[in-house]
Amino acid sequence: MSKLLAWIDDRFPLTKVWEEHLSKYYAPKNFNFWYYFGSLALLILVMQIVTGIFLTMHYKPDTKLAFASVEFIMRDVDWGWLIRYLHSTGASFFFIVIYLHMFRGLLYGSYRNPRELIWIFGVVIYVALMAEAFMGYLLPWGNMSYWGAQVIINLASAIPVIGDGLSQWIRGDFVVSDATLNRFFAFHVIAVPLILIALVFVHIVALHKVGSNNPDGVEIKKKKGPDGIPLDGIPFHPYYTVKDIVGVTVFLIIFCAVAFFAPELKGWFLEANNFVPANVLHTPPDIKPLWYFTPYYSILRANTYPFFGVEAKLWGVIFMGLAIMVFFFLPWLDRSPAKSIRYRGWMYKTALTIFVASFILLGYLGIKKPDAIDFILFKNVYWAQISTILYFAFFVLMPWYSRYDKTKPVPERVTWK
Amino acid sequence: MKKILLVFLFVMAPLASFAAEEGPRLDHVNIDLHDKPSLQRGARIFVNYCLSCHSASYMRYNRMGHDLGISDELVKENLLFAADKVGDLMKAVMPAQDAKDWFGVAPPDLSDEARYRGPDWIYTYLRSFYRDPKAVSGWNNMVFPHVAMPNVLYEWQGEQRPVYQTVKSVEDVEVDGKTVKKEVDTEEFEHFETVKPGTMSPKDYDKAMRDLTNFMVYLAEPAKLVRYRIGVYVLIFLAVFLVFAYLLKKEYWKDIH
Repeated sequence: MSKLLAWIDDRFPLTKVWEEHLSKYYAPKNFNFWYYFGSLALLILVMQIVTGIFLTMHYKPDTKLAFASVEFIMRDVDWGWLIRYLHSTGASFFFIVIYLHMFRGLLYGSYRNPRELIWIFGVVIYVALMAEAFMGYLLPWGNMSYWGAQVIINLASAIPVIGDGLSQWIRGDFVVSDATLNRFFAFHVIAVPLILIALVFVHIVALHKVGSNNPDGVEIKKKKGPDGIPLDGIPFHPYYTVKDIVGVTVFLIIFCAVAFFAPELKGWFLEANNFVPANVLHTPPDIKPLWYFTPYYSILRANTYPFFGVEAKLWGVIFMGLAIMVFFFLPWLDRSPAKSIRYRGWMYKTALTIFVASFILLGYLGIKKPDAIDFILFKNVYWAQISTILYFAFFVLMPWYSRYDKTKPVPERVTWK
Repeated sequence: MKKILLVFLFVMAPLASFAAEEGPRLDHVNIDLHDKPSLQRGARIFVNYCLSCHSASYMRYNRMGHDLGISDELVKENLLFAADKVGDLMKAVMPAQDAKDWFGVAPPDLSDEARYRGPDWIYTYLRSFYRDPKAVSGWNNMVFPHVAMPNVLYEWQGEQRPVYQTVKSVEDVEVDGKTVKKEVDTEEFEHFETVKPGTMSPKDYDKAMRDLTNFMVYLAEPAKLVRYRIGVYVLIFLAVFLVFAYLLKKEYWKDIH
């Protein structure tokens, strides 16, 4: 066995890779609950690819056959229903896990020097994931698939001069059609997954170059023992592999509870309007994206004022784009001497709480009609406007509140209880 | 604890459920997919009546037979009106084009109807037809106004007419640019009154429609029959696995201080 390993090691750095990334990759020993979501996201990525391969074996990207082929999977393919539910539930859980993973970054300042690139790769992954989800949603060719794609692609036409041409170019037709379905299929099963895998790879390479952050926001590499190993570091394998197995199991319990007992989750994961085939003549009563896009959908619809004579719809598109792009600048907006929320003052804590609240409220309002009152006091659209302002204020005001915030002294070593 | 609460809020917030959509008042129907006799009775009604015009073209006869405990021979003898082989898909007897010519619209495929409309909608719809001389088919429906479909089961149900009650409410009305409070009378549907009894008592008819709805819920997702059962085993396995995974983690981590 060791001979075989030596033979391989002469030709391929197997032991080196194993040690660098697992058995001698030293991670801080004080990871808490929030540090499960990275490995969980990787797990879901693998699961989506595997279930996706099996779905592709039976799915037909043709407007005349697509809906029926999904029903064929649900009824006639052995275990087809399970594969499809794992994939559809996986899509929503991917976003739940990614949102919690990003929130972890905000809690402990994981985007700060020297981890700016990890964060930037991460935001690109998030954007790619949104594209992946959006295009995948068209494939069942249900009525909501169709009208959702129609509405979102039409957003491009709000751009002056090139807008109409651009949205036609995306669709490959004047309306969402067979051409659109085919290209979305190509992007969903090949192009974007390849990009995602490559991005996840560089995300992890960058992480392993600088080492993981931790709930104290302390650099463990600054305190090394005589053997050159960080005093607060423990090998990822076996310590975090066995710990992650626990996390994965708990995750799977929740995940399977949904996939087996409530795959539609009352319309949040699979919408009733998508159980009828796409119909050009029949617009669903209200077109709304799935829950993971609704915060941005709210921001899109929130603006009703034509600033500087530019039409309100275009501003909506711009604000929506900015709401995602602004994440890229986070590492340079934060001026606090402390990384972790544990040592920050009341200002950052308040700002983060308001940000999370506004994000959730935007998400909630995204499925509601703008003119109705579903929250308190004002119409939904006013709440969406307030929330949008608060959402951006978190980023725009960060250079100030993070600098003037009173921080507690950051310890030399990680805390451990 | 605070953290757990925060996570809980984060994950569960979107579950606050959609607000009640405005629409017709629906009667609740008790769905029980373990009730095989009910599913079988529902299947018989569905194949004998619904399939005349509607299709359920994603479903195969023998799959239905297999799931509901009806042998291929029995399916062949009693249910194969519109197909030759038990492995065929459940197509409508009436060609779609003819149906479109006669009713103005092609009757929708019913394979997924229960997932699209929901069981309560179907159950209420089937029991909400009433005579309407103004409608083309002579029938109208409280749940689906001006529906093209006539009351196919009127022999069973008989004929009924809606009874309205007058509801007084105060509304803001604009008169000459000023908002004025005004009392408005609106006619609200209250209940149905039998005009001509059918061959079934109202109770039996409701029961038959419950069977049919029950069957359509099965029809919309045959996997539902096994999904819950397998799900229970999966969760039990994961729960047991969790115990060992946790003990393994504890064993490894005991030397970390």
